[in-house]
Amino acid sequence: MARGFGRREFLIMGSVASGSVLLKACTPGSQDSGSPSGDTIKVGILHSLSGTMAISEKSVVDAEKLAIKEINESGGVLGKQIEAVVEDGQSDWDKFSEKAKKLIDQDKVVTVFGCWTSASRKAVKPVFESKDHMLWYPVQYEGQECSKNIFYTGAAPNQQIEPSVDWLLEEYKGKPFFLVGSDYVFPRTANTIIKAQLEAKGGKVVGEEYIQLGSTDVTPVISKIQAALPEGGVIYNSLNGDTNVAFFKQLQGKGLGPDKYPSMSVSIAEEEVKAIGVEYLKDHYAAWNYFQTVDSPESTKFVEAFKKEYGDDRVVNDPMEAAYIMVYLWKQAVEQAGTADDLEKVRAAAIGQEFAAPNGPVKVAGNHHISKTVRIGKIREDGLFEIVNSTDGPVEPIAWNQFVKETKGYACDWSDPGKGEKYKK
Amino acid sequence: MLTSLFNSFFDGISIGSVLLLSALGLAVVFGLMGVINMAHGELMMLGAYTTFVVQNAFKPLGQPWFGAYIFVALIAAFLVTALLGLVLEKGVIRHLYGRPLETLLATWGVSLILQQFVRSVSWVMMLGLVVFCGFFFGAMTLLSRRSHFQRIRGWAITMLLPLSAGIAWAASSTLGQKYQLAVTKPWFGAQNVDVTAPGWLRGGIRLLGAYQMPYVRLFILSLTIICILGMYVFLQRSVWGLRIRAVTQNRSMSACLGIPTQRVDALTFALGSGLAGIAGCAVSLLGSVGPNTGQNYIVDTFMVVVVGGVGKLVGSIAAAMAIGIANYLIGANALSPLVAWFPPLANLLEFFANSSMAKVLVFALIVTFLQFRPAGMFPQKGRTVDA
Repeated sequence: MARGFGRREFLIMGSVASGSVLLKACTPGSQDSGSPSGDTIKVGILHSLSGTMAISEKSVVDAEKLAIKEINESGGVLGKQIEAVVEDGQSDWDKFSEKAKKLIDQDKVVTVFGCWTSASRKAVKPVFESKDHMLWYPVQYEGQECSKNIFYTGAAPNQQIEPSVDWLLEEYKGKPFFLVGSDYVFPRTANTIIKAQLEAKGGKVVGEEYIQLGSTDVTPVISKIQAALPEGGVIYNSLNGDTNVAFFKQLQGKGLGPDKYPSMSVSIAEEEVKAIGVEYLKDHYAAWNYFQTVDSPESTKFVEAFKKEYGDDRVVNDPMEAAYIMVYLWKQAVEQAGTADDLEKVRAAAIGQEFAAPNGPVKVAGNHHISKTVRIGKIREDGLFEIVNSTDGPVEPIAWNQFVKETKGYACDWSDPGKGEKYKK
Repeated sequence: MLTSLFNSFFDGISIGSVLLLSALGLAVVFGLMGVINMAHGELMMLGAYTTFVVQNAFKPLGQPWFGAYIFVALIAAFLVTALLGLVLEKGVIRHLYGRPLETLLATWGVSLILQQFVRSVSWVMMLGLVVFCGFFFGAMTLLSRRSHFQRIRGWAITMLLPLSAGIAWAASSTLGQKYQLAVTKPWFGAQNVDVTAPGWLRGGIRLLGAYQMPYVRLFILSLTIICILGMYVFLQRSVWGLRIRAVTQNRSMSACLGIPTQRVDALTFALGSGLAGIAGCAVSLLGSVGPNTGQNYIVDTFMVVVVGGVGKLVGSIAAAMAIGIANYLIGANALSPLVAWFPPLANLLEFFANSSMAKVLVFALIVTFLQFRPAGMFPQKGRTVDA
């Protein structure tokens, strides 16, 4: 009896001890940004550090921390150091809204940088609106939104999806389109836009399929693509997360190569190429505003700073660039407003802010989106992108889509109190 | 028409073979031993990560050698997960036999620990663990030689635990501060890693018309067949296989006849875990490899074992194939041309023809099936069932 008890006790104690060792090792330097004194400005960082979206969002956090570190080293904002409070949304949309409330109410941050998927943004939007707070969102998205409380530094559809469809129509004349996406709000809205655009410009859509986020059951969908496009055609891919890996591996296994079935992706950037494997992705396309291969002094500086901080094997991508510059845009707005706490003033000051970003000059527009250059890249042998097409200069953002019937003729302007979220042009 | 049906049948079989391969280990652990192992998916995940490590080790060797890494990876994945299974059995599961609920919770906890482990494992953490285990278990072994060990056991543990934990923590944090990123950088991180099939496994052979059978699928199919044959021979023809079957049928009787049941248990569990490792290595060729990989498979594998009938390997085979083919036929909408003459049915099939809805329909079919055959396709018969 005593022996049995001892063994169980040993088990419990042992697991407690090893658990605490694990915990200790899991939190390497969580208090690395900012000094704990009262002279700091607290900002929130809210991304998925675990779960299916961690593949993409972790590196965005790295970019945001890099920007914060650089700002702190050059004297901070309004003479104060920035202190970042990092929260994990765990790829779970309810968690996101819970953590957003925590950041605002408990940590009293002055702004939040966060979210990747539109589902998570939609989940936290009511939180930021009801508390009249501020969110900076760094990822390309489907548009059809223009919140007073959110600044969108990723591409609106007219800065990514629409130019890429135009380019495909030009490059692959007369080829039919097949739309594949993850089953949530961004791919569905994006595909609505693409269908409307193709209809307006004479393209043809032969199929539209959605796969659950995180699922790897792609074989039926690939069979459908093969059946719908026997002579080859363009695959427009808005899959997100892990599904991409299975999709491209099995696409190649089925012999659907980029020569007959070129694909355009809107969620695959340098980081994802690394995780999926270049062998499967070579010669496929992606549309973004920024690629690591963009040749400009700002881009080189950004890439070098990032590699110095996180190691030579790391790559940068579009959402990381957008995340990096949004911290600077916020800083400029705060400095112009002269306060970080009066969000009304900061918001007003943010509109019109300009910054020499790695993707080119950007400017915050009245609709809380930013103007940026659009590029199309072809995946090279080394996992980076060869830029095959690029707009001449920054493209102005359009929040409400002009191809979709319901929003045609509408616009958004927060610089004019009479216009606001949605007004008829 | 016939070709397309043949093609869909082949695709269905290839999906079924992945299901079967991942369920095979569970069929042993859950089917034969009755242990509900929620960490089965994570053992697969570790197998996939082993593949990743082996692949990276082979990369510098250049082409002809790199092509062969997959065979080494299969063996390594089997050994690593079998070893871990052995540790798991000795450390956790052995103490919980006959208590299925507690086993379920404990193995679920293990699965969470394993997930977090691959996310954050680094040299520093590994060193901390090794130092801790070395000090703690070393001291315990030394103490256990003393005659009054049973009396001092309690306080020895309370003294040694914080002591060795403290030493381990101090050692790892000093090292972390000294060498910084070189040792604190996670091995894998939270992001997915990239496992690339060797060149000869990419592409496929053309069968009928435009249909292409991917080499990877053929590889997995043959791997599944080899594993099943191996299992069959092991269980039916070897001494240990005989013992395993004996213990499965009647534990106390086997013990009376001098079969070392504890060693049989450990061996069976290690075997099941090793099979999970092989499955993990195989699925890494098809999908993504990340900390969450295992969770994608755990529900499907349990489904296969339950539908097939607990305790029967042949049941698992039939169930995996049935589920795989049903999933494909419904998801790819391969049946609706056949019933085109009856539009309502064709429309119904059309409605279920995407991967999410196909799952719903398959689940509904399974639930209905289990209503009529609660013990699965091949229920166990005989007196042992009631025991």
